[in-house]
Amino acid sequence: MFSSTMFASILPEILILLVGMVILIVEPFWKEEKRRNVGWLTAGGLLAAMVICLLVARPGEPTSTLGGMVRFDWLGFFLKMLFMFSAAVTALLMMDHERLGARGEAYILLLASLIGMNLMAVSSDLIMLFLAIETASIPLYVLSGFMLGDDRSTEAGFKYLLFGILTTTVMLYGFSLVFGFSGTTDMYQLAEMFRVGAITPLAAFAILALILVGIGFKVAFVPFHFWSPDVYEGAPTPIAGFLSTASKAAGYAVLLRLFFIAFPEPSLSNSWTITLAVIAAVTMTVGNLLALPQKNIKRLLAYSSVAHTGYTLIGVVALTQLGAASVVFYLAAYILTNLLAFGIAMAYSKVTGLENIQDYAGLSRRSPWLGLMMLTAFLSLTGMPPFGGFVAKVVVFAAGIEAGYTWLVLIGVVNSVIGAYYYLNTLKFVYLYRMPNEDEENHPIPLTSPYAIALVALTIGVILIGTAFAPWFNWSDAGALNLF
Amino acid sequence: MNFPVLSVITFTPLVAALIILLLPANRKNAARAVALAAAAFALILSVWVYFTYDQAAAGYQFIEKYDWLPVLGISLHFGVDGISTPLVLLTGVVMFTGVLISWGDDHPHVMAGIQDRPREFFAFLFVLATGVFGVFVSLDLFMLIFFYDIAVFPMYLLIVIWGWNVTREYAAMKLTLYLLIGSIVSLAGILVMFIVQFQNTGILSFDMLVMENAGFSSSFQILWFLPVFLGFAVLGGIWPFHNWSPDGHVAAPTAVSMFHAGVLMKLGAFAALRVGIMLLPEGAKYWQWLIMACAAIAVVYGAYIAFVQMDFKYMVGFSSVSHMGLVMLGFSTLNREGLLGSGLQMFSHGAMTALFFAVVGMIYDRAHTRQIPELGGMSKVMPFAAVGFIIGGLVSMGMPLFSGFIAEFPIFLGVWREQWLVAVVSSISIVITAGYILRNVRQVFFGELPEKLAGHLTDITVMDKLAIAMLCIFMVLIGLYPNFMVPMVQTGVDYILRLLGGS
Repeated sequence: MFSSTMFASILPEILILLVGMVILIVEPFWKEEKRRNVGWLTAGGLLAAMVICLLVARPGEPTSTLGGMVRFDWLGFFLKMLFMFSAAVTALLMMDHERLGARGEAYILLLASLIGMNLMAVSSDLIMLFLAIETASIPLYVLSGFMLGDDRSTEAGFKYLLFGILTTTVMLYGFSLVFGFSGTTDMYQLAEMFRVGAITPLAAFAILALILVGIGFKVAFVPFHFWSPDVYEGAPTPIAGFLSTASKAAGYAVLLRLFFIAFPEPSLSNSWTITLAVIAAVTMTVGNLLALPQKNIKRLLAYSSVAHTGYTLIGVVALTQLGAASVVFYLAAYILTNLLAFGIAMAYSKVTGLENIQDYAGLSRRSPWLGLMMLTAFLSLTGMPPFGGFVAKVVVFAAGIEAGYTWLVLIGVVNSVIGAYYYLNTLKFVYLYRMPNEDEENHPIPLTSPYAIALVALTIGVILIGTAFAPWFNWSDAGALNLF
Repeated sequence: MNFPVLSVITFTPLVAALIILLLPANRKNAARAVALAAAAFALILSVWVYFTYDQAAAGYQFIEKYDWLPVLGISLHFGVDGISTPLVLLTGVVMFTGVLISWGDDHPHVMAGIQDRPREFFAFLFVLATGVFGVFVSLDLFMLIFFYDIAVFPMYLLIVIWGWNVTREYAAMKLTLYLLIGSIVSLAGILVMFIVQFQNTGILSFDMLVMENAGFSSSFQILWFLPVFLGFAVLGGIWPFHNWSPDGHVAAPTAVSMFHAGVLMKLGAFAALRVGIMLLPEGAKYWQWLIMACAAIAVVYGAYIAFVQMDFKYMVGFSSVSHMGLVMLGFSTLNREGLLGSGLQMFSHGAMTALFFAVVGMIYDRAHTRQIPELGGMSKVMPFAAVGFIIGGLVSMGMPLFSGFIAEFPIFLGVWREQWLVAVVSSISIVITAGYILRNVRQVFFGELPEKLAGHLTDITVMDKLAIAMLCIFMVLIGLYPNFMVPMVQTGVDYILRLLGGS
């Protein structure tokens, strides 16, 4: 009945749950001014959990466990590690947020959502998948609207909730149709059903369209992207960072597994790959064009992250091993880069209370190191070496070309240039413009230790992915192999 | 294993940049000293490489190869041949002289060089230098484009922060977007080449030496030659994509202009040659006429626009377009003389234009104007700079006994062999060049010192003189003793001709 594989396959989630329980027990006993230390506990606990899992719970041959609910393989494992890392960083960034920092329940919600994301990465059954998605989403609805009394935060939470529920319901309807037609909810059996033609192509395409709505909301591709700027702007900044990285990557995990495993049949895949290719082209173009006029840094990052969704989709569309590997690699690079960008926005607004792009004038004189980190983040988003974004973009484009989507890659090329304009424009404020009185030396930007640790770690990570990219790519590739 | 000299040269500036960043912000001279030491070290090593390169053996030498990402066939593969060795030397020279020029003079009337945040300035400049060295020595396409982009983006910051405050924002963005479009279009072409090679031969490799035998079909080469070649040639200032270059040069601070016109434009030309012509030779033959036409237009048009400029720095900027046009013209001949001339012209123009921008910068820092009619009599104030500029001018006009002649003569010879009409038309540029150089030498350096300027001008510093002397030495040396460089470039040209099928 019970085997060690079963245990190992959900060890990360068990450990996360443990961390959460420790917080629940410890937090009420701490005095108000010490409660912020829950962040240390969360981040430390997650890192410890990662180390333990890396030591004892590494997957071997891909296996289905827990009654076929969970797939235990490298793809899921690598993604889980990414999610846990980004949750740990988010916990650090939350610590000095005035409304979140000293509230233990915020960390609990973060961990609950993390468990959901981890399960999204490994679910091999539609019911399990749906539960995982809901587990990941509901805490995030709460966290987005966490700042009671703040109108924008309330709006963000409510908007995210309504839109999330709507799209998830549509997706659930798609799942129910799958079950109705095929009598199974297991993704691997489903692939077989499609192969023998148990589901007519038309029905299959309708099902796919319904499921894509739900995933489109998670990864924010056009036309399901328009919640993201409003939610990112209103939600507490660390949560916005988490939404734009781990939450989006979890959506991609589902996209990869569901589409590569359950719907790879050529008669079917031809229709959805071309649909997704068009969506990818539109998504990156819309994201980049709408990012151009943005004044608020969080809105800018929101649209930029929509654009990055488009680039990542190229790898999904390719439907090859290189494509899957490029998606995972892109996610790794993108998670670190975007967390860095949001972390800087958080650290900056913590000191200054400002979050418009023009308020970043003089940043490099006020704090040269923060300026350099921002340079790293934004150049990585632009896709410049030696930062992670460059290699990620190259492998995604290579995957697109290999699969014959040269036109899509060319659209991506044009979009990279549009993107460069607004990223560089932001850096112009950081490096060129000055504060109104040109007295930057009187306005330093002190970083508290959680920020310093998180930002430095992310910066090093972004540079490592961009230079010593071999191990990262090999891990992504090992994960991609599990899909074939 | 031999001493990995090429990677040491390439990564010296990067390490120096990191050290400089770690210095306290107020220790300006410490930042400068580290920069100078690193530049001197890189220069010495590049001179050493130049003189120990075995011309008899030819081919790629000082090879280093480390697997980087074997799954995709990416390796750190360094090596230099007869074309790139002079360019490595050029980069070493320009980097060293650029640091000398930027040392500056904090005399209250002058404020030359970089006084605001020199720490960041040298750090960004040196990151750029690593990119430049990397492109010249990379034999792996992925690494080539990797270093190429590293060489492009610091330019934005260097211009926008330390540039001429009138046009810097516009010029920096324009330059960066032009170069980015070029590089990313080339990147797409490179990825297509990579994938097609894999489909043809089953070899997954970005290695250019492998890719030379990829067996690309003629139609493929014809289709993809233009994006790849022109993408890189944007940085080489080819007409009609030259527009960023004069604006960028003018807006950039002196050392960056030197670096940019002196070395970075060679980067574009070199990459266009290395990737476009050498890997897609059939495409090069097919589009030869187009490249030749664009280059010829750049040569004559650039010279003409330079002639009518009133701004000294714009004049030099457009003269760069004209002279880089000659490099492209040499490429387009695809024959021995033309390619040899281009190889030499890249070095000669690099030294010459760096010198021009250095002198223009020195004058502007002191006179605070670059309008040619407002200047005059500079040879009385800064005789050393005047002599330097005149030597550069003679090189620019292609006078015998200077490197310009050694470089331009074979180019025209090669063009004549391919298409005599183009040779005739583009040689008009020599006359125009002589016109604007002589006119400006007379107006700026001779005659009476304008009253507005008289009295408060100071001579250039020792560091400036050293920089000028270094650049002049190479131009005169090649002119008097062509054997210093011609046989070396010849070995590189032989290799290219073999790839082109011995035409």
